[in-house]
Amino acid sequence: MSSHSSDSHGHAGTTKLFAWVWIWLVFITGVEVFLAYKHLPPVTMLLLLIGMSVVKAGLIMSYFMHLRFEKLSLVWTLIPATLFCIGMMTLIFPDGIRLRDSHTAPQGVVQPK
Amino acid sequence: MTDSHADVLRESSWTGGAHPYSIGSKKLGMWLFIVSDTLTFAALLLTYSYCRLTNPNWPKPFPIFNAIVFSTIMTIVLLGSSLTMVMGVAAAHRGNRAATVKWMLATMLGGAIFVVLHATEWMHLIEEGLRPFANPWGGSPLFGATFFGITGLHMTHVAIGVIYLGIVATGFGRGKFSAEDVEVSGLYWHFVDLVWMFVFPMIYLMSVKY
Repeated sequence: MSSHSSDSHGHAGTTKLFAWVWIWLVFITGVEVFLAYKHLPPVTMLLLLIGMSVVKAGLIMSYFMHLRFEKLSLVWTLIPATLFCIGMMTLIFPDGIRLRDSHTAPQGVVQPK
Repeated sequence: MTDSHADVLRESSWTGGAHPYSIGSKKLGMWLFIVSDTLTFAALLLTYSYCRLTNPNWPKPFPIFNAIVFSTIMTIVLLGSSLTMVMGVAAAHRGNRAATVKWMLATMLGGAIFVVLHATEWMHLIEEGLRPFANPWGGSPLFGATFFGITGLHMTHVAIGVIYLGIVATGFGRGKFSAEDVEVSGLYWHFVDLVWMFVFPMIYLMSVKY
């Protein structure tokens, strides 16, 4: 990775690189908003949006937060444990599905007037 | 941070030394805070998802015009402030104090605009009758509770970030703080931006009123 010639502190990344990352972030945001116009099924929509948000989070952490330029040991210390803990939190969802299916009320979303 | 100090940081390795990750303790401290804050927001967003899953009559109150357009502008303002923060950190590492302060002021302006726009959005919803324990559209009152809880906590983070950047920019301008301090404040700012990248699709884009 190229770095500024005047940069003497191991701080990597050029203005051009950061500008490109930013353009990608705005572009992905644009695609997400475009999807909001489409009447996609909620689960498809959620998976697409979360997938794109994870990509955006990866770009922000890798470049804006410099994780790509840090030692790999730091990445291994911070990221897998965090993802594991978030994964553990999803253990409540099977019960959510059970509760949803036990409702006798008619399904569907109330639209605001 | 002197050059020799930077060399020590770069060359150290996992030998139980003072810098096992080749970063300073301030930066490591901020990263650990970010991990804990990530879990806080993850818990809140998963709670939101759980409430939504278990309540079939969840309200969808955001029309494309203006709520979605409005929140998209907020998102781009926040992303833009992240870019100016990156420029500020780069300027700090080059030792250009004036440019660093200018970029950080631009970042603070972006954060302030975000808070004002978000507060406007809140006022619209409050005028419509949305409350933390009730919503005017029928269905679960949990919408108000989770909406105000999550976006409110995020807005608090942005507001605190603007103050934090102000303190660091002032200190760096006067030569009291180092480039590392600017970089650490940048980590916080990018994290606040990162959280919004999940709040925006999950709360707004998943609740479009067609």
